Amino acid sequence: MAESPVRDVIIIGSGPAGLTAAIYTARASLEPLVLEGEPSSTSDQPGGQLMLTTDVENYPGFPEGVMGPELMMNFKAQAERFGAEVQTVKASKVDLSERPFKVWVGRDTDGEPTYLAKSIIVSTGAQSLMLGLDREVELIGHGLSTCATCDGFFFRDQEIAVVGGGDSALEEAMFLSRFASKIYLLVRRDELRASQIMQDRAMANDKIEIMWNTSLVEYVGDTKIEKVKIKNNLDESISDLDVTGVFIAIGHKPSTSLFEGQLDMKENGYLKTQPGRTATNIEGVFASGDVQDDYYRQAITAAGSGCQAALEAERWLEEQE
Amino acid sequence: MADADILTLTDDNFGSSIDAENAPVLVDFWADWCGPCKGLAVILEEIAVEQAGNVKIAKVNVDEAPSTVIEHEVLSLPTMILFKEGEPVAKIPGAQGKDTILEILSEFM
Ligand SMILES: Cc1cc2nc3c(=O)[nH]c(=O)nc-3n(C[C@H](O)[C@H](O)[C@H](O)COP(=O)(O)OP(=O)(O)OC[C@H]3O[C@@H](n4cnc5c(N)ncnc54)[C@H](O)[C@@H]3O)c2cc1C
Repeated sequence: MAESPVRDVIIIGSGPAGLTAAIYTARASLEPLVLEGEPSSTSDQPGGQLMLTTDVENYPGFPEGVMGPELMMNFKAQAERFGAEVQTVKASKVDLSERPFKVWVGRDTDGEPTYLAKSIIVSTGAQSLMLGLDREVELIGHGLSTCATCDGFFFRDQEIAVVGGGDSALEEAMFLSRFASKIYLLVRRDELRASQIMQDRAMANDKIEIMWNTSLVEYVGDTKIEKVKIKNNLDESISDLDVTGVFIAIGHKPSTSLFEGQLDMKENGYLKTQPGRTATNIEGVFASGDVQDDYYRQAITAAGSGCQAALEAERWLEEQE
Repeated sequence: MADADILTLTDDNFGSSIDAENAPVLVDFWADWCGPCKGLAVILEEIAVEQAGNVKIAKVNVDEAPSTVIEHEVLSLPTMILFKEGEPVAKIPGAQGKDTILEILSEFM
């Protein structure tokens, strides 16, 4: 590929953090390039995690709530209105060892870099964790799902299981109760991590039965899930649970593999930034949103840190002139 | 870019429309309420233009085609099914990137 022009800023990721950074840098006339990611059925997709949810009730400015995908489409339209360029691709390799920074997209990571940039804002967010059981990948779409809003519809009048005990697990269970006749919520310990308001709502829903101290240990079925094996974590006994669908909501891990060996990370894999800032260990590289936040993990905090990253990048670029 | 020429199928015209096509047909099962379907739709529009003549892209809104959904055992959205000479030859649950879709298509073209 011919020598590419050096962009002022490349933003990797298009969740609330990346698109807020795009709005701010575009309004500052930095003509940002957003690599928004590629379609997928996990949260790792254009628009990010909120593409997998329905009602977002705690994002300020929407008194009646707003649909996650609609909110993200609006973020994107707002960024594009100010001239942000959005490409539906994934960054496959980065080289942050010298400036300008190099970014590759697509499978060929040996040749010339696809893009060069003076500064980079990393907002690659987080993606759903899976249980790591046998045949898990091949059963996705065959009874196993990480997206209740996508797949709940197909489990009308069926009995299903939701794995997890946090807010997103309870939200999925509640959403699924519109379709399924019965939902077993499999919780590893004897308590929920979810917020009190979500717990209260789930407990009040008579289609949801919480199974405490219970782990899913095996999927049973040839071409699709016919039942599962569960373990009682108190006495280690194994039993069958007759469900035709399983929804996994056991949490997220930051999408940071691209930056291994280049950006400093905490032990849990989240990117390290300077206290109260989005600056990373490499000058000119900023990190915002869930990829560097193992504590708040909300759309509004991700958007807030995207704004911080944009302002820091803008000031840093000015200092370089 | 040229406008994408995409078929819209329902329970009423599903079989006959697929049979009438000479090229393989890649059918996208989607719904309004499915977030990941939106990203995939953009990619499929691109493929419809770039691969015009080699493959036909068709869309099924699952809310409007309940029998087709059951017949083809769609359990997840989006799901793509590739038909060649009227027969399903590949089923791809979940949204995928463009390279992956083109790779799968090339096996059947
Ligand atoms: C089901 C569910 C419901 C939720 N509900 C709420 C709620 O009601 N209220 C709330 O405040 N929060 C909610 N959250 C949390 C909220 O979605 C996250 O905190 C927020 O999306 C984080 O934003 P982000 O921009 O940091 O990253 P993400 O939203 O995770 O986006 C990451 C982006 O990075 C991209 N990406 C990753 N790798 C690459 C790569 N190599 N190249 C290019 N792009 C890449 C992805 O495509 C994606 O666009 C919910 C989360 C889930 C999963």
